[in-house]
Amino acid sequence: MQLRYEIAGGDFTKAGNVASAVKKVLRKLNIDQAISKHIVIALYEGEVNVVAHAYSGTIDVEIDNSMVRFIITDTGPGIDDIEKAMEEGYSTATPQVREMGFGAGMGLSNMKKNSDSMKISSVPGEGTKVEFIKYLNRDIAYK
Amino acid sequence: MTIGELTGIVNGRVICCEDKLSTNVEYAFASDLMSDVLTVEQENIVLITGLANTQVIRTSEMSDINCVVFGRDKKIGDQIISLAKENNMVLVESPHSVFHIAGVLYKAGIKSIY
Repeated sequence: MQLRYEIAGGDFTKAGNVASAVKKVLRKLNIDQAISKHIVIALYEGEVNVVAHAYSGTIDVEIDNSMVRFIITDTGPGIDDIEKAMEEGYSTATPQVREMGFGAGMGLSNMKKNSDSMKISSVPGEGTKVEFIKYLNRDIAYK
Repeated sequence: MTIGELTGIVNGRVICCEDKLSTNVEYAFASDLMSDVLTVEQENIVLITGLANTQVIRTSEMSDINCVVFGRDKKIGDQIISLAKENNMVLVESPHSVFHIAGVLYKAGIKSIY
């Protein structure tokens, strides 16, 4: 199954709509609740990142029998130093983002913690791409 | 403890989903930082917060939290309430501070997470 969602940067009223929709799909597919929680939390953090930092973004979700993969591609300022952005506590968020309860520099590291595999690439001035994978079968995930 | 009992302890007023007051709560987490809330893995959690926006509800939805207590009588907007209803989430307003709410619930046997 493949799903595609568009997100607008800066629009906090809609942040979380994609994660909410995907959560409902995973529930319909009877995906294990604990695994589903890891996926939707990471997806939500990723979605908030696009709303908080980018101009616009696309989320592609791919679900098969063995894994859920999502790729978030945004057009925006990009990340100058990915290693630093992954550090807990490092953030470039605006005061508006902080008022919403985010921007403490936990988003990317929290996404990684919830993943089995996560890759980030970015071109400063152009945008960022995050690829997240979670295996549905625990035997595969922990091999 | 049920959400109904918890509401009494914090002198709260239930804003929505009164039909869920018999749901059990075992843990509480008090935070205005939603990324922090998104790290909790336990079930049957009540979130205590001073932040009143839709992201509190979205965060709770993703974290499977089904009760949120707002401290200091925060004004809870219609958009927050309708999103909470969609997710069968009980919202409670309390006149007390987040510190006070956390204190009385801890004393009543609600467990902390970290």
